[in-house]
Amino acid sequence: MEILAILIPVSLLLGGIGLAAFFWAMKTKQFDDPEGDAQRILTKEWDDHPKP
Amino acid sequence: MTLVEDFGRTPVSACPACAAAPAAERIAALRTDRDARIMLSLPAAHCAACISTVEGALAAVPGVRSARVNLTRKRVSIDAAPDVTPAELIAVLAANGQEAHELDPGLLNATETDRQGRDLLMRLGVAFFSMMNVMLLSVAVWSGAEAATRDLFHWISASIALPTVIFAGQPFFRSAWASLRAGRLGMDVPISLALILASSISVYETWMSGKHAYFDAAVMLAFFLLLGRYLDHRTRAVARSAAEELAALEVPRAIVIEEGVEVERAISAINPGDTVLVRPGARMPVDGVVIHGASEVDRSLLTGESLPVQAGIGTLVSAGEVNLTGPLSLRVTAAGKDSSLHRMADLVAVAEGAKTRYTSLADRAARLYSPLVHILSFSAFGYWMWATGGDLRFAINISAAVLIITCPCALGLAVPAVITSASGKLFRRGLLIKDGTALERLAEVDAVIFDKTGTLTLGVPEPVALSSHPAEALAVAAALAAGSSHPLARALAGGALTDGVTPARLEDIREVPGHGIEGVRNGKVVRLGRADWCGAKALPQTATYLNLDGQTHAFAFTDRPRPGAAEAVAALQAAGMRVELLSGDSEAPVRELAARLGITHWRAGVLPAEKAARVAALSAEGRRVLMVGDGLNDTAALAAAHVSISPATALDAARVASDIVLLGQDMAPIADAVRIGRQSTRRMVENFLISGGYNVVAVPLALVGMATPLAAALAMSLSSITVSLNAMRLK
Repeated sequence: MEILAILIPVSLLLGGIGLAAFFWAMKTKQFDDPEGDAQRILTKEWDDHPKP
Repeated sequence: MTLVEDFGRTPVSACPACAAAPAAERIAALRTDRDARIMLSLPAAHCAACISTVEGALAAVPGVRSARVNLTRKRVSIDAAPDVTPAELIAVLAANGQEAHELDPGLLNATETDRQGRDLLMRLGVAFFSMMNVMLLSVAVWSGAEAATRDLFHWISASIALPTVIFAGQPFFRSAWASLRAGRLGMDVPISLALILASSISVYETWMSGKHAYFDAAVMLAFFLLLGRYLDHRTRAVARSAAEELAALEVPRAIVIEEGVEVERAISAINPGDTVLVRPGARMPVDGVVIHGASEVDRSLLTGESLPVQAGIGTLVSAGEVNLTGPLSLRVTAAGKDSSLHRMADLVAVAEGAKTRYTSLADRAARLYSPLVHILSFSAFGYWMWATGGDLRFAINISAAVLIITCPCALGLAVPAVITSASGKLFRRGLLIKDGTALERLAEVDAVIFDKTGTLTLGVPEPVALSSHPAEALAVAAALAAGSSHPLARALAGGALTDGVTPARLEDIREVPGHGIEGVRNGKVVRLGRADWCGAKALPQTATYLNLDGQTHAFAFTDRPRPGAAEAVAALQAAGMRVELLSGDSEAPVRELAARLGITHWRAGVLPAEKAARVAALSAEGRRVLMVGDGLNDTAALAAAHVSISPATALDAARVASDIVLLGQDMAPIADAVRIGRQSTRRMVENFLISGGYNVVAVPLALVGMATPLAAALAMSLSSITVSLNAMRLK
């Protein structure tokens, strides 16, 4: 049962990272234009060099 | 954008003077920010190529700092130097094959920053995270963790669940407090009570090393209820943003002549006495008197008349009318809030205020439900206090279990899930539901009243029986019509073209604003235009007249019915509804359209007040009326009807007064809307029954003290999932 001392914090930490990522995504408005983002992947504009 | 957001909710400061200075600065910053920001609507954008075309083309325009397309909202926002005008950018996009319309960014701000939605989503995310973690620990307890391990798990659960309930439960606590202060017992009171009681009893039990703790139930409750609330919010936000976009498409600007120079100005900055220029094809921005020019004006949106009215020096025009042929200069008599357009809108506000508020199914359910839950929980507490001889801990445990199990997870989710699903379906068919209860009201409709011009018809004239005219007259008329942009002339030229008429050769074609077009043929003047000008006798319907060698020919027009109008009328009549046509237009065109669409009850020359009176009369007969109309003359009837629909081309006032907006040209979705409305009401009732059924099984268990946290969790998640699935069943 000692393994619980590691497993529980680990599971909380992983969940917490997920939650933090969700917060970040909300704050930076990642969900404002889901359709546009899905389509933007397909443009070839920045294929050869990264966007400056 | 952050400036705009912050400004929208300036906190109440303790010292007003301190707050005023930065606020003034902010307003200044806001102005410059907003001036440079141009918003264009891109109705046709749909793919990655569209994005790069639009962004590339705009970035190449000098003065444009940045352009970003939002494909979900089909908009592009442009940050540009102040001298870049929207018209310029629209022209650039048109050259690249992209249709664009200017939007008024001031009207869009509210939806750009959907603060409330983001806030709810944030709480929902937190509740989901804790639900998962607490559930993980609870499963361990349910499967037999004992003594110290169980207590440890309970403590960890408590440390996750308590902050979550405090954070995620705030929307419920706030609204429960508000309703308590107003002396009502809303749905949020038992919810808040359950959340608080479940958390506190669990902490106490954990402290005492008790066997049962309800942390998982409390968090799950918060999650499911927040989900329902978020769905509800999103449906409303989508409708509001689409409605705002329609309003924002009409940018309130007018051309003012100042010392002989044309200046574009916001309508709010126009004062009585100013001179305003209205180009052909534009809508009158203000009330005024014509001081220069001659033209014809289309008053159909205000009165329903399909026949254009002649306007010359001294004619009074009102805001909302459309100038057809020649440029007009107006001296403004009333602008903005004082214009007749706004006064009509005020009438609508009065009519809406008088309308009895519709109590939705959910409200009725909640009214029944809240007292019942409290009584059940308190009587369980009282009974067990008496039966156990004063065992407070046991009695509170039971009453908490009753509150948790009866808690309206499914109730809070049942209606929003159905409305979200139904309005999503209707939106894809081109109908925008502005009000959630509109679906329920639509389901009860048994009489439909249609307006004619602009609603059942497109407001686009179509020539009748062209081939019955002599070929020579047709050829001359086609040649004259080609020289004008008047809607009748355009329709005639188009009709002649499809009939294969070769226009005659004429010389010296010129348009006489307000009268018609004339040209010279074999040395003689030929005219196409108004009856009196051509020396013809006027027909009782929309027509244009040709004077050819002293002989007159009348070309009659009919208004083209909206596509799908016949199908919609037929489907509504097949569903057993009484369909009526009330129009402000003259008798001949109304009779003809009614015959064409198969409507037997019709009336022509109806005044706005009579339309509203007819709605009231039908309501008095016990009928539920659906009003479909687009003009200012319909607004009172739209507001008075049980439920109302207006097309997107309607005047702003009419769209505001109606519950549903028809976005496309096709009218067939109206029949669908009624069907989906009926179906969704049925689903809502089913959902109430389902969640009621779970309660009937689970509540007795809770009352006798046999409901374990496991049973509560099962009942809650099962009923929530079944109602959501049932809502998806809409077709």
